[in-house]
Order: sequence, then structure tokens, then C-alpha cells
Amino acid sequence: MRFVKVQTFDQWRTEARRLLLSDVPPEQVAWMADDEQLSLFDSNGDAELPATQAAFTVPKAFLELAKTVACHRAGTRWSLLYRTLWRLMHGERHLLQIPTDEDVDALMTMRKAVTRDVHKMKAFVRFRKVVDSDGREVYVAWHRPDHRIVRLAAPFFSRRFRGMHWSILTPDESVTWDQTSLQYGPGVPVSDAPDEDALEELWKTYYASIFNPARVKVDTMKREMPVRHWPTLPETSLIADLLHTAPERVAAMVDQNEGFAETATHYMPERIDLQSLRAAVVGCQACDLHQHATQPVFGEGPPDARIVLVGEQPGDREDVDGRPFVGPAGKLLDEALRRAGIRRSDVYLTNVVKHFKFTEPPTSRGKRRLHQKPNAREVFACRPWLEAELTLIQPVAILCLGATPSQALFGRDFQVSKHRGEIRATDWCHCTMATWHPAAILRMPDQHRRTEMQQQLVDDLRHIHQTRPPN
Amino acid sequence: MDVRDKLAILADAAKYDASCASSGSKATRAGSKIGSTEGMGICHSYTPDGRCISLLKVLLTNYCIYDCQYCVNRISSDTPRARFSVDEVVSLTIEFYKRNYIEGLFLSSGIIQTSDYTMEQLISVAKKLRTDEHYGGYIHLKTIPNASQALIQEAGLWADRLSVNIELPTEGDLQKLAPEKKKPQIVDAMQGIRQKIDETKDDQNAGLHPPNFAPAGQSTQMIVGATDTPDVEILKTASQLYDGQNLRRVYYSAYSPIPHADARLPGQSPPLVREHRLYQADWLMRFYGFDASEIVAEADQNLSLEIDPKLAWALANRHFFPVDVNRASREELLRIPGIGARSVKRILGIRRHKHVRVEDLKKLRVAWNRAKYFVLTADHNPELANLDKADLRRRAQPKPKQLMLFDTRQSALSGEV
Repeated sequence: MRFVKVQTFDQWRTEARRLLLSDVPPEQVAWMADDEQLSLFDSNGDAELPATQAAFTVPKAFLELAKTVACHRAGTRWSLLYRTLWRLMHGERHLLQIPTDEDVDALMTMRKAVTRDVHKMKAFVRFRKVVDSDGREVYVAWHRPDHRIVRLAAPFFSRRFRGMHWSILTPDESVTWDQTSLQYGPGVPVSDAPDEDALEELWKTYYASIFNPARVKVDTMKREMPVRHWPTLPETSLIADLLHTAPERVAAMVDQNEGFAETATHYMPERIDLQSLRAAVVGCQACDLHQHATQPVFGEGPPDARIVLVGEQPGDREDVDGRPFVGPAGKLLDEALRRAGIRRSDVYLTNVVKHFKFTEPPTSRGKRRLHQKPNAREVFACRPWLEAELTLIQPVAILCLGATPSQALFGRDFQVSKHRGEIRATDWCHCTMATWHPAAILRMPDQHRRTEMQQQLVDDLRHIHQTRPPN
Repeated sequence: MDVRDKLAILADAAKYDASCASSGSKATRAGSKIGSTEGMGICHSYTPDGRCISLLKVLLTNYCIYDCQYCVNRISSDTPRARFSVDEVVSLTIEFYKRNYIEGLFLSSGIIQTSDYTMEQLISVAKKLRTDEHYGGYIHLKTIPNASQALIQEAGLWADRLSVNIELPTEGDLQKLAPEKKKPQIVDAMQGIRQKIDETKDDQNAGLHPPNFAPAGQSTQMIVGATDTPDVEILKTASQLYDGQNLRRVYYSAYSPIPHADARLPGQSPPLVREHRLYQADWLMRFYGFDASEIVAEADQNLSLEIDPKLAWALANRHFFPVDVNRASREELLRIPGIGARSVKRILGIRRHKHVRVEDLKKLRVAWNRAKYFVLTADHNPELANLDKADLRRRAQPKPKQLMLFDTRQSALSGEV
């Protein structure tokens, strides 16, 4: 029996070559694991074997396989490799093409474990940014691979993070990249790893947000991200909590299943003109607002008006009177129209939402109906009325008063404060503009600012009044 | 609102996008300092829903002027809204990438102002990453419906992959649920990308060095179960896209309960296993030589939920069997239930050197429970006697509870049947 001690693939290759040339069959070789001591009666055998240079060729596929398997931690790898090599050289040249062979199967299983481990290292290394003694940014990671794969995986990191200084520390070996070459060093205990990186909070936020609580599959997660790697993955500290709160989050999702079964389209009259629309809106139940409001408030003005003013929804007075813009905000609007030189009877006045939405909080002075902003579903359900009005009138200019009508016509990210007074084209009109809602002006506490906004409203009205239809 | 709040909203809004692949770009872009693409994608983490995190998947904004009913970001939904600046997305991507959290960026967006404006914003993120940050990692840009062809072409210069969502399998479905999106426009956009990819390849083959154009190709996503369109129509649409537009992937996304869902949608989501069966069928079309029209064997034109489509095909085409594993062609071997493409390759390798026996197939870890009724081996295979029996379906069918173990996300990655 010959006893051979090797640690690396290159050592194994040298030894295997010698043994093979001396015709030593695999049964007569004991390959020692790295930490095993040679016992007294072992003979290393070097002296007996010729250091011959005689050439023989090994299938390239085997060398590739052997290089990978050499990184496996199992002590049996060297003997398994030698036995396979022996068989390849003794009449079984095609051995590797028979995956059902026991030795080949064992080698393939080892190779799979190593390549998977390399893949997991590429995936699970987590760098932390630190500043070194020279004031440079350095990225440092501590990782515990299953096998001795640092040298298999390191070139990948040097290609990927070419423009960074980085180190990967593992218990067996460490590797450093200085933007030109890889340097290998001894293993490092986890206590030497940097503690934290402020960015990990953002990463955890992302992890928690991308999780879909409606599908919980813990086994799949653990299979792909084995628990033994969790200590070095910052995001895994969230898992217990995410799982714990998942059922209530799903319940909340079900509760929020909202929206109305139909929109105003369902209540449209057969004949579409302003008069029949006005009659039909009375029966509209597309959203729930009709339940509490006194009556719907439809638009008002000449069917061939050049200008349409669109507000948000009727207020307390409008709800009772059944006409748009007759409350305090209406008064302010009338004044602005007068100053802009526009007759109220020449413009068409309407709202995006046709019913009054309010709350009735009990106050010391009894019940008062307080305006409440309509939500997106209510706006969406009601919008067909406005669209029908605009389609019929085909105005030269539309002025949206406040955020709700502006967002209904321009899109949800439209901000009146930023884009007030700008003329834009929409599907309904070549010239569509947004300005302040008169109620917003009324609510402005700062006197100076209030006057300024009032003036802007007048200017905007004047501006659209002067707009000419496109040729 | 700080970046963290925005990230929470805009990652949440993106999580219904099925596409997760980061593969397909074989070479890293020249001149990159941070980032690489080497063909294979990497999953950097897994969430407790069993899905992999490969890319930073976010929307630039979830404000949207469209009203697609199956979408959580439609204008009529009350979901909280946020909008990233271009620089914020660039910085998040780079910082995450440098810590090895991600393979790259998947960027989509709700439509703000106009389609072209939105598309321009997405392009500036990708362009900035490539030119200012010398970033060579993966970028998947979702093209915005109705964006101009010129912008889509520009996006292809910076992105590894482009995708145009087909959204729903038929034109009728689109009219019903996504009235602003039109199938001809969607197909035109794909066609434009395909042409540009082909031109780039032709130039490369001619020895020229054209600028990169979407080296990882294009993909699309289809929502399944929001309408009653049967699987056979879905697969036909997918097949047309693979053949006509040369798509790398079609993703099937089971319509699932979303917060702020629209009440006009079906109240129930389709069983997850339907999505899984579609991925299996998709795999059969792409790698096993099956045709869209022959896969669906059931009378209602839907794939069977109980058994996989390959087994269903075999049960409906018993005259095709048994297949002799020692003599059959590759194409024939690929039709055996329970034997995947990888095993077929191994069988072909083994049989050049020895006869393949039952024991060999078991060692290859084929799904013997299904395969055993359909194969002729060098030795005696007693199970073959059941091939013509009436109760074969019951015998070959897996136990009902095992179905629950299927992970549809997994099948999106492997599709192995």
C-alpha cells in the first residue's frame, strides 16, 4: 500500500501521474486527507517511483472535472479521481459518457455540489463599504462556502467589480482585488468582518416590499437560500417578521378590494344631448355618493359655450340648490369672471363629480356638513358624465379649477402649484389649462397670498378667454 | 417623501411583474468598470414567497394616466403614489450592485404626461448608468405602450433586454380590460425591436461592430385568468410571438388578488397550477418540438390541471408508444412523459456504448412513475403491459396532494416536465 498526501489539484496531478506511469492500481494507493498524519510505517514511495516524463494523454473533459472536484471537501475525492483516471487509461476511454456508472455518478454529484457552491458564493457574498487607513473606499465581505472554492469564484468577482477595491474573507482562504490583480491570503474568522453598512436598511426595505404575502413558500426559499447562509445575509433578519404579518396583510388586501361594479356609462341615456344627460344623471348610482347627497348637480351654461370651467364637486349650497357654483366659492368665481371681462352666462360651468361628498362631524354648534375630497374611484365612476358634456360642447378652452379636475384630465401626477396657467392639449380640447379652485383661495389664510392667487385666477380666465380656436 | 419611502411604494408596485430573468447577455459591455453579464443570471436572494431576487425591480413612478383594470397602478385606484427621480434610481442601482445585492435593474413605469415623455425618463436612467457610472450590469427596460419607435430604438442601445407587454391573450380581452392598449400597436413595437436585433446580428456576422442593441433579446408578459380565454388561445398567441417576433420568453402571470382591485374583475384568481401548466406547455413548444395546436388535449380547450401536458398528450396519443429508448430518435425520446431534455441527451450518450435498461433510466433520475408505461428497454419492462389499459390515466396521475408542492415560479425558470 502506498500512502500519498495531497492538498491541491496540482499536487494530486503530479502524484497521480507518477503512480499511473508506475502502473500502481488504485487499490494499492491510500490518499490521505489534508489533516491526517503519516503513520510510522507509511512509506511515501517517492524514491521508488520513476520521475519519468513519458507522455500520456487524459481526456480534457476529465481534467476539467477533476479541477472542480478537487475543491470538494470530501476526503474521498482524491481516491475517486485516481480510480476514474485509472479506468479511463485501462480500456474505458468513454467512461465519462456513462453517467450511470457509480464512480462517474459520484464524481458528477461532487462536481454539482462544487459548482452549486460557487454559484451560491457569487449570489450570497454581501459587501460592506468601509474606509481603509488610506481613506479609500473598500468593499469587504465575509462568506462561508461549503467547499474550498475561493479560487474558483474569485475571477468572477474581479471581472464584475473591476473598478472597486474589495476583499472576500472566508474561514479557509481570503482574496483581495486592488483593481489590477487578485491576492490570496489565509482564512479569517467571522469576527474580523465589518459590522454594518448603512445601505443595508434600504436593501431590507426593498426585500420587504418585493415580498408578496399572498404567496408563502418557505420551503422553496430555504431550498434555494439554505439557512446556513443566513447569518451573512442582512435581509434574512426580516423573514420571521414578514411571515408573521403575512396573514394580516393578505386580509387587508382582500378588504381593500374596492372599486365600483359599474361607471356612469351604465346610466347614459340613449340620446346624448345635454338635456337628456341632465335628466339621466338623476338616476346615477355608479358610486355610493348618491345615497347621502340631496341631488346630483349637473353642468350649466350654453350648449355652444366657448369656455368650460370644471370644478371638483358641488358644495353644501350647490347640493341644496341643484346648481353649480352658487355658494361662497361661486361668489368668488363670479367676481373673478367679472374682472376678466367674461359673462357668467357665456361659459359652461360643471364639476368632475356630480354628487356632494361630505362628513358630518358633531360639533358644539350642531351638525355641519363638511366637504370631503372625492377619491379616485368616485372620480373614475363619475367621469363619463363630464366626458359626455365635453364631447357635446367641444369648447375652445377648458379651465380646470383645482387639483381634482386637473388630475382627471392631465393625469394623476399633475400638480396645480407647478403647472398652473400652462396651456396643454388633451383629448377633449386643444387648449386645456389648470388654475386655483376658488375654494382654495377662500381657505388661504395669508391675505397677501390670497390676493395674489385671486389675481392669478383672473389672469388665467382672461388668458383662455383670448384663446382662438385652431384653424 | 425620502428615497426609502419611495422605494417601499415603487418596489411594491413592481412586484406583480413576473419577469425576473437576468440572463442572456453573453459578453460584458466594453469599457465597463462596475458590472458584468456572462450569460447566466444569478438569484441573489429569495423572499418567503419562494421567488428569487435577481434584479432591483422598481417602477420609476406608479402614477398612471391609463386605466387597465387588472393593474394596481391604474388611474382609478387609490394606491399610494410616488415618483423616483432619474438620479435616485441610478444611485440605488449602483449602490445595490456594488454590494452584490443584485444582478441589475428592471425598470418599468406608469405612464405620466405622455408615453414618449415616460419612455424618455426610462432611457435617461439606463443611459446615465452606462455612460456616467460605467455600469456593465444587466438592464431590463419595459417599453411604454405607444411610445415612439425612435425612443424604443434608443432604449435598445442601453438595455440588455427590452420587453413589450402583450398583457392579454386576445384583442377582445384588451378591449375589455385595457382599452387604451391596442394589439396592432403592441405587435408593431415588438416587430420594430425584432428588426433592429436582426440588423445588429447581421452586421456582427458581416464582421462589423455595430452598437449594442438589446443583446439579451426581448420578452413579454401575459395576464392569465382575468378573462375566460382558454389555454389553447393563450398558447397560440405565445407560439405566434415566439415564431414571429423571436421572443426569448413569454411570461404568464396568473391574475392574483391585488390591493385596490377593480370590482369588474373576476372575484377569484385562477389556480396557481394553471400558470404552472402554461409554463410546462410553453417549454414543450420551445424545447420539445410540440406544436401549440396539439398540446391541449382537453375538450374545454384548457390544459388539464391534474396532469402535466406531456402526460396528457401521451394518454391521448397512445398509438405513438411504446418508444424504444435504444433506437428512437431524439424527437421521439423527447415525447416520453417523465423524461426531460437533459435525460434524453444522456440516453443518447449512453446508448452509443451500452444498451439502456430499466435500471439505467432510474439512475438517470427520470420520473419513472410516469415514464414506465411508455418505454421499451433492453430488458423486460413489466409496466408496459398497462399501456393499453383503460385506467392508465389514474395510474400515471400523481397523488392529488403532490400538486400543491409545485412551485410555479420554479417552473418559470426551468419548465421541466
